Amino acid sequence: MVDVLLITLLITLFYMSIANRMLTYVKVLSLQGILLFAIVFLQLEEINTLNLIFILLETVIFKAIVVPLFINHILKRNKITREAEPFLPHFVSLIIVTVIVFITILLSNSIIETHLDKMFFVVALSTIFTGLYIIASRRKIITHVMGYLVIENGVFVLSLAVGNEMPMLVNLGIMLDIFASVLILGVFLNKIGDVFKDIDVDQLSHLKDY
Amino acid sequence: MIEIYLIGAFLIGVGLFFNRNTVLTNIMLVLFLALQWTFTIHAYLNLNSTELTYFTFDSLGVLLLLTLSVVSVPAIIHSHIYLEGHHSPPRTQAIFLAAMVVLISAIGAAYLSNHIAVTWIFTEITTLCASALIYHHRNKLALEGTWKYVFVCAISITFIFIGILFLSLSVQHAGSTDLSFANLLKLSKKLDPFWLQLSFLFIFTGFTAKLGIVPMYTAGIDAKDKAPGPAAALLSTVLMNLGFVGVFRFYCVVANSPLHHWANLVIGIAAFLSIFVATVYMIKVKNIKRMFAYSGLEHMGLVMLGIAAGGIGYYAAILHVVLHAFVKSSLFFQFNQLYRIYQTKSIYHIGDYFKYNTTGAIVLLLGFISSAAMPPSGLFVSEFLIFRSLFEANQIIVLIAVLLLLTMIIWAFGKNIFKILFIPPIDFDESYLPKISPWESSTQFILLAAAVYLGLNPPVEFVQLINDSIMILPK
Repeated sequence: MVDVLLITLLITLFYMSIANRMLTYVKVLSLQGILLFAIVFLQLEEINTLNLIFILLETVIFKAIVVPLFINHILKRNKITREAEPFLPHFVSLIIVTVIVFITILLSNSIIETHLDKMFFVVALSTIFTGLYIIASRRKIITHVMGYLVIENGVFVLSLAVGNEMPMLVNLGIMLDIFASVLILGVFLNKIGDVFKDIDVDQLSHLKDY
Repeated sequence: MIEIYLIGAFLIGVGLFFNRNTVLTNIMLVLFLALQWTFTIHAYLNLNSTELTYFTFDSLGVLLLLTLSVVSVPAIIHSHIYLEGHHSPPRTQAIFLAAMVVLISAIGAAYLSNHIAVTWIFTEITTLCASALIYHHRNKLALEGTWKYVFVCAISITFIFIGILFLSLSVQHAGSTDLSFANLLKLSKKLDPFWLQLSFLFIFTGFTAKLGIVPMYTAGIDAKDKAPGPAAALLSTVLMNLGFVGVFRFYCVVANSPLHHWANLVIGIAAFLSIFVATVYMIKVKNIKRMFAYSGLEHMGLVMLGIAAGGIGYYAAILHVVLHAFVKSSLFFQFNQLYRIYQTKSIYHIGDYFKYNTTGAIVLLLGFISSAAMPPSGLFVSEFLIFRSLFEANQIIVLIAVLLLLTMIIWAFGKNIFKILFIPPIDFDESYLPKISPWESSTQFILLAAAVYLGLNPPVEFVQLINDSIMILPK
């Protein structure tokens, strides 16, 4: 069952690589939050109940509801256009994400490791690299933030892989999630919307050496 | 004691944030400095004892904590002068001071932590405080600098976390789940090399954002450019040292494993590229603050080169880190006086500084001599030792390349500094010149003198602290 959920998570990445509208990204992020919720529920059996409840709440409330709602709010408030404006056509994006997944599968097959579930490793690495790719290939700052959130989801999956032996690491991962998301989203996006009218990375090139 | 320090610093930070009374603010700042110094002395007296499980007063931590305490006094004095001169709104002032106090204490705690996850948590906190400092001016450029800094730091913190996850896999092979540095060191021979390799790559890359070398150096340069002078002084000295501590403590573990040579190679490449990048930018740069920041990139590159070369290089690297903190912070403190006269950062519009502010000009000249590592600067000693370690490690080609690059850096740096000092500026309106008290430069003279003293005639205790910190490394 966990494998099915993980593969669904992988499929969302493909969908994200060809998504055209900003709202689709938000919905996919929300779906990923729910998937992570289910994976945590099935995967972390040996963890104590209170900790498990905390992790479940974090995934379902924070990842699946609060952050997407907040991004939605920002999109509306700053009147960001609905197109994602990638630098590359969708077809190329799809191929690149496929190549990423393919390479991670090859990579994980070359590793002999008893402490790690291969499935988690493949999904986590693919998610992290896809997130990096989304950051590199989209024009809007808000899509960079979404790419970062995708990376965080990948890191979260990776931390679940070792979560039964070291629950502390999962908690640390959650701390990273909350801390970085709050910092990036909460403090700045409102301000960036006020100062830079149409949010675009091309505008962030005024800091120069001369 | 550390719990008192952390809680006290946090409470003072909260107090500074909500308080709008000037007298009370000054009292709290003095109180914080007293707390900082009491804690430092306590740490030095209780060397190698552990408090709150996660904090050990080891030699490296205490040495850098001392450096932090020395730099934090002028940093707070100059912040005070800076905020008074700029007439910023009370709320902005309060945020600035509170962020600075929390930043200093978070850096201190991160130096002393003996667990990689705790170091990581405090590194996160420093990002938060640093971003508040960079955003002080609340204009478009400050926002751009802050955004880049926050984003790059968030990604590098994620990298460190991925590294910790891989490290945990490596540790499980050795039959343990404890990630404290002492335990890692004990198990270093048994760690799984594949995961250790991956984890070193990620943790090293992550910490370079704080350390300020290739590959994650870019955001740091923008941050030091946009942060006000006193804050930039902290960012380019003690915060870089935090990155150094993170890399160095983990390097100690890797150095005791079979991966020692490979780790040296990784660090060596990053270090050499840093010096190269610094040279390229130093030649072109016309913004004086960014010039200082690129000089920091060069110095940290040299430090890591010393680590990669090994032998006497370890000693030289730690000496260099401490001395660089004194020298570079004094240059950034001086920058604010320069800015008050010329109201610009561009070297094109700055000149004849000796005429307008003689004391400040002497600081700038001495700071340049120190930073370029000419005798009698203490940095001369440490750089000389780093070159010697490269020579002893049979890296003659690297040594020659680095020396050539350094010559270019000194030429570019000197050209700009002497333009500032002696050549009259174009279109400069002399009718309105602010009066700058020579006393404002006194802190910088003390810092520069300390760098000379510690380099040429280091006290026995100081040498002992450095030797103890590198004891665990293989010869």
